[in-house]
This record gives sequence, C-alpha cells and structure tokens, in this order.
Amino acid sequence: MHPAPENPISETREEPLADTPASRPLSRRALLCQAVTTLGLTAAQAILSPLRAEESSVPTDPTRVPGTPPTLYGQRSPFEKSERVVKSWWGSLTPLQDLDGVVTPASLHFERHHNGVPSIDPSHHKLLVHGLVDRPLILSMDDLKRFPSVSRLVFIECSGNSGSEWRAPTGQTAQQTHGLTSTSEWTGVRLATVLKEVGLKPEATWMLAEGSDAAVMTRSLPVADIMEEGLLCYAQNGEALRPEQGYPLRLVIPGWEGNTCIKWLRRLKLGTAPFMTREETSRYTDLMPDGSARQFTMVMEAKSVITTPSGGQKVRPGFIEVRGLAWSGRGSVMKAEVSTDGGRSWEEAQLQEPVLPKCHTRFRFSCRWDGEETILQSRCIDETGYVQPARTALIAVRGMNSDYHNNAIQSWKISREGHVTNVQV
Amino acid sequence: MFRFNLVAAVLVITLGIGWQKGLATAAEAHSITGYGFGHAPSDRELQGWDIDVRPTGTGLPAGQGTVSQGATVFAGKCASCHGATGREGPMDRLVGGQGTLASRQPIKTIGSYWPYATTLYDYIRRAMPFNAPQSLTNDEVYAVVAWLLYQNDIISTGTVLDAETLPAVHMPNRNGFVPDPRPDVSR
Repeated sequence: MHPAPENPISETREEPLADTPASRPLSRRALLCQAVTTLGLTAAQAILSPLRAEESSVPTDPTRVPGTPPTLYGQRSPFEKSERVVKSWWGSLTPLQDLDGVVTPASLHFERHHNGVPSIDPSHHKLLVHGLVDRPLILSMDDLKRFPSVSRLVFIECSGNSGSEWRAPTGQTAQQTHGLTSTSEWTGVRLATVLKEVGLKPEATWMLAEGSDAAVMTRSLPVADIMEEGLLCYAQNGEALRPEQGYPLRLVIPGWEGNTCIKWLRRLKLGTAPFMTREETSRYTDLMPDGSARQFTMVMEAKSVITTPSGGQKVRPGFIEVRGLAWSGRGSVMKAEVSTDGGRSWEEAQLQEPVLPKCHTRFRFSCRWDGEETILQSRCIDETGYVQPARTALIAVRGMNSDYHNNAIQSWKISREGHVTNVQV
Repeated sequence: MFRFNLVAAVLVITLGIGWQKGLATAAEAHSITGYGFGHAPSDRELQGWDIDVRPTGTGLPAGQGTVSQGATVFAGKCASCHGATGREGPMDRLVGGQGTLASRQPIKTIGSYWPYATTLYDYIRRAMPFNAPQSLTNDEVYAVVAWLLYQNDIISTGTVLDAETLPAVHMPNRNGFVPDPRPDVSR
C-alpha cells in the first residue's frame, strides 16, 4: 500500500470498478429477479416477503409519482439493513463498520444490561439522593429537568469491549471486535448541581449509584473524580433516552467504563468508602498473571479501530479511504496513525473536526492498494501522550486473563483477493 | 430539619425578590444556594430502597440462616442455574477454584475470588434468583449465603449467619485486590 497521490479522486476514476452484484445499484429489476426465481418455494417466499414489500413501494421513476405524506415518527429507508448483533441475553453490539461520522444512532447504540431492560413509567420514576448529605432528597423526572441542563458528546465503552480478542482473533467484523462502544450527545443535569443541592458532608468520598433494573445494578464511584464531569442524563441525541440506554435516567461518567454509567438510575448514596458491590469485586476487576486483581479500573484508555476496510469487507485495488474511530477516556485524541505494513511504519491520519474530549473521533487516511497481501492497523495517541499499545505489549504486562480493558491495536489482513479478515500480529 | 427549613425560607425570599424584579439573571441564579426542587424522603420511602450492605455489616437486616436451611433454599431456587453443588453451571460457577487465580486457567468463584462475604448478602438479596429477584426472605438470604460459604470451606457446618457473624467472615481472597496502576504499558 502507498499513500494516495495529491488528487486521489481523478486517480480513482481511472480504475475500472468490478461489476460484482454487490457493486451494482439496487434496482427494481434486480429485486424483481430475486423474487421471481423463488416463486413456488413457500418457505423462501415467506423469508423474502419483506423484500417484496419494499419492492412494491418503490416506483421505477420516483420523479413521476407523488411521494408519501409526513409521518409522526421517522423510519429509515427499508433498504437500510444495518443492525446490532445480539450477543446473548446480556447485550448487543454496534455495527461500527456501517456508520459514518461519530454519533451512534440511538437505535444502534450497544447494549449491556445485567437482567434485561426494565419497563419504567417516567411519571413514577424517582431519584433518591441520601447518605452523607445535609438534605436528602427525592427528585422526580420533572424536578430533574428543572435544574440547569447541559449537553455533551461523549463515548460510552463497555470495559469488556474486545474482551474476546485477548487470546485469539475471534470477531469477524469491527462490530464483533469493537462494537461495545458508541457515542451520543447526552443531555441532563450536572451531577455536581444535584450533589451541591443536597449538600455533601466533608467525609462523603464515595457514592453508590443504583439502577432500578432487575439486577438493581450498583457501582461505587469516588466523588472527587466524578464531580466535575458526571451527568444525570435524561436525553440522548436530542430525544428521551432509549429504554435500553436507561430510560428515563442514566448516570454518565465521561471516559469511564460503561458499567459505571448506571442506567435506570434510582438512587445515589454517599458514604466514606466503596460499598464493595458484586460489580466491583467479582466482576469488572482485572486479574493479573500473579493472581492479584486490579480494582476500580475506571478509565477507558486510548483506543482505535479501522472501520473501512474492516473484517468481512472486500476491497478492490486502487484508491482506498481508510476510515476509523479513535477515542480516549483521558481526554482528546491528539493523533491517529495508520500502518499499511503491519505496524512497521506509521503515518498520521486526518482527524475530523471538531475533536472532542472523551468522544469518538473520526479519522481518515487516503492510500492506494496495489493488490498485494498486507495488514492494516491504526493507533490512537491521546492528549496525555499515551500511545495505544500493541497486543503483545499489553499481554506482556497484564497476561491474558484480565478480561477487561483490552485496548490493543487491531489488525485487519487484506488478502490478494481483497478479503479483509481479523488477525493478530 | 430546622436547617432545611431555614434554607427553604431563605430560598423562598430570594426567589420572591427575584420574581418581583422579573427573571433573575444567570449570575443571580447561580448564586442561589438551593433550587428547592424535590422533597425530603420519609423513613418509609427510604425503607424500600435503602438495601445496600457494606463490608462493615452496615445495612444487614435482622434475621439468620444456617447451612442446612441454605441447602434447601439452594436446591429449590438456585441449583437449576448454578448446579447441585454450585460447581456445575450452566451459569456462574460459585464453588471451588481456590489457588487457581495465578494459573493459566483461573477459576473465579465466591471461594477463590470474592473479597467480602457481605457482598454475597447484598447481591443475592437484590438480584437473585435471576428469574425472581428480591423474592427471598431475609432469613433465606442468610441461609443460602451460609451454604455457599460452607461449600467453599470458609465456614463450618454449624455456623449461624446473622448481622453480627456475617461481617466477621474472612474471605480467602480478601487481600487479592490492588489499585489501578495504569497507564502501565509503554510504547
């Protein structure tokens, strides 16, 4: 691979595009052919019925038929099929390879819950703030929305993101390797505003946050570290939180592991020490090779992944815009670098402005693929100067049993045929 | 309570003055010592939610349970997910694994990994059984905690667990945890 010439667009146009079915525009005829060839096969017909429904609603020339009327709540085009991958009862993964920009649609934000998504009527939902405070309070959702509000774009990443990649490459796509991270614009009231309202006692150094799901999920958080940036959020990307993201109220701690961002938040209790809940002792602790375990490993360190081209995709020789996401729980992305030779050399990628702290940052890198087998990588360097490590460097320190916080460099191999697969180097 | 009323009174007066002048400016609003939203919880409101149990034992309710009572509870309400002896699954293994944490195949269980016995009470009471959380009585939770600790060779068969004895149980991996040293990987 080589960096692209000055004017990559004109170069691209000289490359003949392979006439593969995937590269053809989705036409009425193509869809019709598929439907016709399966006529008479009852089972197949049933499977294809959604396709046929789309087909029937698409005119051959949309300029000659009046369009559909306005609707109460918008839907995406029936031709768009990008979906989360449901991992198990406990969660689902964001299709990073299908998304552009940095904002994750709320409907595609990854999920991680500990006993399902509760159904909550917001008119009955309450937040109790008590413990070592001067004035314990119960706040309704209406109360919370009356406080001064703030909006902020931040990523939330599960500490288990890429956890299945410690020992060997397992995920086939960027969604499967890195899909437990998403970015939203979160809106709510600053945690500090509410804690100031109740009046913290001087000895209140830890805060228990508790959800009203069937796991009554709890985490203890050190007050000094969350006062500045913690948010009590009721909105995501401009509308109310999705149920699976904590409707009607979620704690968001920018840059910290997702499980600290307690969903369906019902209670904050101030104390003098960690409450040592199950989720900060037997879970979300990082086992080291000597048998000790790191506890309260909150920050999600700098990480990145190339989303185009990525696992499961196919590339063609010629111009490629390598695209990806970089982020750091310690602040802003200072630099994203791309290697087209398996990590031997690195070149700086272009960052999409605005570059926001603790937020997914889109990077792009123009190059040409000459058809030879190669390995693509990216690495994030954040404002602290921290460089996203190679997998071998990470394992040398932490071994392979720590489960969480795998922020190793991801490698995508491009075969001579242009197939992209997940590999480790 | 007197202090709260005083604050509320000051707030009412402050807001009242502000209102007479029209809307207060942002700077004025910021200087307001309290917004006055919400209400103070009653003891009854606190009771239903204030369920956390700390390593000191704070929060443990009255009641007690024995190993043999726990065996019955576990067989009836837990074994279908965790196995007859707490080792078989299909869900989390709860028993055994002591001495494996530094091996290539660590087995993290209550006995090998959990640092505090009180966490068991807190977690089981709030979240178990998975299909019917918060359905166990306080005595049943004490009992099933006793059975799990006995299965892990941490307490003897005759131990009765209650709010006094549970926090005194020493877990084998009590000192197994260290603070976060990151950043720990250099380039």
